[in-house]
Amino acid sequence: MNVLYFAWLRERIGLPKEELETKASTVADLVEELRGRAPRYQAAFADMSAVRVAVDQELVELDAPLAGASEVAFFPPMTGG
Amino acid sequence: MAVCVQVDDFDLSAEMALMTAGRADIGALVSFTGLVREINGGGGMELEHYPGMTEKALQKIEAEARSRWDLQDCRIIHRYGPLEAGAQIVLVLTASKHRQMAFEAAEFIMDFLKSRAPFWKKESGRGWVDARESDEAALARWKAGITKT
Repeated sequence: MNVLYFAWLRERIGLPKEELETKASTVADLVEELRGRAPRYQAAFADMSAVRVAVDQELVELDAPLAGASEVAFFPPMTGG
Repeated sequence: MAVCVQVDDFDLSAEMALMTAGRADIGALVSFTGLVREINGGGGMELEHYPGMTEKALQKIEAEARSRWDLQDCRIIHRYGPLEAGAQIVLVLTASKHRQMAFEAAEFIMDFLKSRAPFWKKESGRGWVDARESDEAALARWKAGITKT
């Protein structure tokens, strides 16, 4: 599965994209797994109220399932326009 | 496809001409152009986006606007990359038979672009721009319909 990071999440984690094997069944599980990898992930995911998630390019909630997903993206609230 | 995500600048007159060429059924054409505003004498920003999702989100917003209002045409251009103070960021063009539909649809599209299109602004020397509560509140008045992306 490809995991993408944007804006300050990309900066805190230090990379825009990574490919990983995971058994996480929901987005929240994946976040827990990532937090366990390194302090920079903990820093990025310290306040989940400031983090938005998209699974296969559709906005979802944290408890969304990951079954069949090929791309998960984490980013701050959007500031377009 | 009437949405476009690009680095290049755009030309409002050219877009209007393109939209109205060869037809006379449009009675109202509304345009909104967003610009990079200078802040405390400083300026410029970097606009990051999520290639793929951005186009989908804009298409979804356009489709929703077309389903709510009887539009003759609709065009959304959103730039990304480095942008100097004063530069154009976004263009929304809506065309309808009568003005009210074009006005409302343009406002609706901009309200959703603000917080449902995956763009992030980083101001030079100031850092990432926080999302505004007022932008989220602006969505509430459109109530029914899209609540995500």
